[in-house]
Formats: sequence, structure tokens, C-alpha cells
Amino acid sequence: MSGLQDVMARIGWKRRSKLAQADLFERILYVLLTLLSIFMIVPLVYIFNHAFKPYTELFLYPPTIFVRNPTLNSFVELYAISRDSVVPMSRYLFNSVIVTSVSVVLVCVICSLCAYTLSKHPFPGRKALFTIIIVSLMFVPEVVEIPRYIVIAELGLINTYWAHILPHLAAPVGVFLMKQFMDQIPNEMLEAAKIDGAGEWKIFMRIAMPLVVPALVTIFIIQFQATWGNPSTSVLYVMDDAMKTFPFYMTTLTSTAANNVARQGAAAAAFLVLFLPNLLIFLIFQSKVISTMAHSGIK
Amino acid sequence: MSASKAELSLPAQKVHAKSLASMKQLMARIWAYRLSYLFASPFVLVFLVFILIPVIAAIGLSFTYFNGMEVPVFTGWKNYEYLLSQDLIFLKYALPNTLTYALIVGPGGYAAAFILAWLISQTPTKLRTLFALAMYAPSMTAGVSLSMIWQPMLSGDRLGYLNSFLLNMGIIDEPQLWTLDKSYLMDVMIVVSAWSSMGIGFLALLAGLLNVDKTLYEAARIDGVKSRLQEIWFITIPAMKPQMLFAAVMAIVGSFKQGNIGTILSGRNPTPEYAGHLIVSHIEDYGLIRFELGYASALTVILLIIILIANRISWKLFGPKEGE
Repeated sequence: MSGLQDVMARIGWKRRSKLAQADLFERILYVLLTLLSIFMIVPLVYIFNHAFKPYTELFLYPPTIFVRNPTLNSFVELYAISRDSVVPMSRYLFNSVIVTSVSVVLVCVICSLCAYTLSKHPFPGRKALFTIIIVSLMFVPEVVEIPRYIVIAELGLINTYWAHILPHLAAPVGVFLMKQFMDQIPNEMLEAAKIDGAGEWKIFMRIAMPLVVPALVTIFIIQFQATWGNPSTSVLYVMDDAMKTFPFYMTTLTSTAANNVARQGAAAAAFLVLFLPNLLIFLIFQSKVISTMAHSGIK
Repeated sequence: MSASKAELSLPAQKVHAKSLASMKQLMARIWAYRLSYLFASPFVLVFLVFILIPVIAAIGLSFTYFNGMEVPVFTGWKNYEYLLSQDLIFLKYALPNTLTYALIVGPGGYAAAFILAWLISQTPTKLRTLFALAMYAPSMTAGVSLSMIWQPMLSGDRLGYLNSFLLNMGIIDEPQLWTLDKSYLMDVMIVVSAWSSMGIGFLALLAGLLNVDKTLYEAARIDGVKSRLQEIWFITIPAMKPQMLFAAVMAIVGSFKQGNIGTILSGRNPTPEYAGHLIVSHIEDYGLIRFELGYASALTVILLIIILIANRISWKLFGPKEGE
């Protein structure tokens, strides 16, 4: 890696004044990026194929990456494992859908409201609030999971959907990104609406929000990723199996040592259930995410 | 109140009256902006309950003995004394492991993200989207799904992809226990974390790079900037410092977030011979297994301080300077 970069440094850094040099730089650039992309993508390609492999192919030696005779057996098995147990897979999936959709919608609302007032209203204490948000960008929830557990227990949220949802709502990154994006809206626009007699709520809903759709989508994506694939709320705050979410179900497929090997196909299928929605949403909205991130700077 | 007022000398009284008046003015302004506070209140509420109170609770509980059932008993600095003098596992494994891991995954991953983002920004639009997607995709698989992917890759028998590949190439003679051997675990943790670390910080860097004003480069060329390296140093980095700070903060969060990755990969806590024991695993060990919540809180405070220091350094490097 560093060797390649050395070579690149020697040949490629020079300005594009001579065509031959520019070509060489670009060629090395493409080769390097392609190799890296392959390294990044191979594990995903492999797990994707793994999910569609029949039993005979799962344990071949030498192991193969690509599937030869794709089947949906692993998905059937994923469902069948829990068919006779007290809590079937569909229940975990249902919990996940509820928890994720509620928390995604709530976080979008909460972040937009706070960001709007931070960006457009010069209320006393605004600077302090924004400073607090910037400082808490570095907040790592995983670090304070013990006191968080105590707070959630004290609030009586153990074994409820709220234990999955509420901790995710404290999302300073969302407020921050939205606020930076809102700053792009010219104040004159909002004032014009005010002169026309629109109330704050109407200005917020009709004028500000339609202009910040990219930021909204970005928060949606970040939040979706954080909630949809997260087993930790199930592990920490929920003891009742019927209230746990799909990512937790996935951990049970592999964590029991005896089943570790036999259920590889089902585990890969479960992984796809978690990963594909993430990927699709990101693919659809990637240009909006990039345009939001352009305003992500801390100034 | 009135008695003290009578004792005040004249100028002080004026100041007092003035501060009272400005107080009233402030209250009036706060009242005038009541809607703004209403807008901000949902976030402020969840912030207080799930960020501020847990942090304060961690600090408070770190001075107590607390087992989760009985009322916490105040014990002063005892937890910290034990932590710094007797908790050999913390001093010998958790702390150095965390520093090694965080230094490589944090600044190392950050530098890698910048170099990658820069290289990608040099490619034409269509390819750029593809490359960016390839780098970003793994970051969508945090936590458990991470182990789901890597377990078969790194599995200890010859069926494991890495083992089978290396056996074929003749680099190793027999299958290696990648996630259970203490000499490999840390390296594996670092590679796996790096693999999934090109998240929103990376996207911020890429977006920042793409948004640098193109005319700046032309102006610099006239001013005698010759190589791309100079261009990066004199134009690109100063122009995108705000995004670099944001990405740095995200890199720090990323390097402390997956603190139990050793446990996830090896499937056990503590990890084999504590090779992958990070402070977060130590916190989970004391908090969730031994139920010594007071001591776990002291560990939490130590980790929070480390994160704070890391952030101070990033602000020093990339933060807005006086007068900017």
C-alpha cells in the first residue's frame, strides 16, 4: 500500500502539463482505487452469495465466493428455525419495523424543529445551545450504556418499545447537519412570508422544510442505519423476548456455539434482511447525502 | 432585600437598578421568543435525559459502591484509586489496548479517509459515485453484522476464506485461529474496524473536497503552486478545514464506538488472554456481568476524559482560529 503510494508520489503528483504524465497518474489512480474497492466490496459480495447457497455449497473445500446453484433455502430455514419457538421470526421483524419507523420519523421532526429555531431565531441562549450541540457531536452512546440503563430503568421503560426508540432520539449529529443546511435559506425569504401574514408554524412547514429535503433525507438515512441494525437496545433494555428486535434474533443464530456452523446460511440470509434496506435507501438518495455533507463543516 | 438596598451606595444602587431592568428586558425577550423554545424543547428534553443525565450519573456513581439493587454508598476516590493502582487488567490490557486501537483506527483511519476521498475526487463523476459507494457500503454494517460477515472469512479451520487463501498461496502451513489467537486478535480488530470506518466522516471529506472553489486552484497556479501536493497543502486543506473538523470528530466517535468489537469477533468477554480487551469491554465486564456499577462508572468517566482529550486535539488542529 505504502509502496504503491511512494511510486505514485514519484510519478503522479506532477501537474498535468504533459499528457503522458497525466495519463500515467490517472491509470495508477484507477488501478489503485479499483483494487481498494474490490477489497471493500468482496466481503459483501461473498455474504450476498452465501445467503443463496444450497447446503452442499456452504461447506465446500476450497470455499467459493460465488454461488453456483442459487436457492432460497437459507431464507426458508431462517423462518423455520423459529417457527416452533415461542417467539417467531415474524414477531422480531414486526418489532424492528415499528421501532425503526417511529424512531426515524420522530428524529426527523425533533431535529428539524430544533435546527430551524437554532438557525433562524435569535433567541437568548441560542449560542449556548449550539455550542452544547457541537460539543455533544463527540458523544459516544456506547460509553455511557450503564448510566443510560439506570435512567431507562428509572423511567420504567424496560420491556417497552420506547426503550428501543427514545435513546436513539438524542441525535446531536442530526440537529447539527440540519442546522448547517438551514443556514443556506435566505432570511429574506422567511421574512417575506411573515409580512404576508404566515405564522411561524406555517413558515416552518411550507417554506423551510421543502428547502431542506436533502438534509432531511440524510438524517433519515443515518437514523435508519443506527436503529434498524442495532441489537444493543434489545440486549440492554429489553428482557422480554417478544419485545426484542430482528438484529437480536440474528445474534442468536450465531452466538450459540453448537449452531455456529450449521446456521451459516440462515445467518447470511438474516444479514441480507438487515443490509439490503440500508443499501437501497442509500443508493436512491446518495446525491442528496453528498449535498448535505458539503455543509457539514464546523465553523 | 430592601435592607441591603438601603445600605448600598449610590452608584452601586444604579448598577443594581440597571441589572434589574436588563433582567426584565431579558425576560421579555425570552417571552417574546417562547415559540422558539417550544421548537427546541423536544430535542433539549431527549438530550437532557439520554445524554446529559447519563454523563452526570456516571460521574456521580463513579464515587460510589453500587450494585444495582441497593442504594449507592459513597466511597470517595476509592474506585479511582483501585483503578489506577490495583486493577492490573485495566492497566496492563484495557488501557494500552484502547490507546493502540484508537490511535490506529482514529488518526490512521482519518488519514486514510482523507487520502481516499482525495483520490476519488480526482476521478470523473460517474466513476466517482461508484468508488465512493464501494468505500461507504461497508460502513452500513456495524456491530453484529460485522461479525456475521467476518466470522466465516476468519474462521479458524481450513474452510475459513483467509486460511484457505493463505494455505493455497503457501504463506501459512496450517490454519490459523485468527480471532482466538492472542497474537492476531488486535490486528484483526483493527483491519475489520478500518474496513467499516468510511462512514459519514468520509462522505463529509469527499463533499468538502468536491466543493472547494475551482478558481482558487487557478489563482494558486498563477502564484506559483506547482505540484498537487502543494495544492493540497496550501489550497485544499485550508478551504475545507470545517469539514475536516467534522470528519475528525466523527473519526473519534467511530474509534470508541465499537469498543466491544473484540468480544464480537472472538465471541467471548474477556477476549482470549485479554488480547482484544478495550475499556468498553472492561466496562461491560464490570457493569453487565459483575454488576459493580460504581466501578463501571469510574471506568466510563476515564473513557469520557480520553475522548474529550482526543477532541481537544482535533479542535486545536482543525478548529476555527481567532479572528477567522
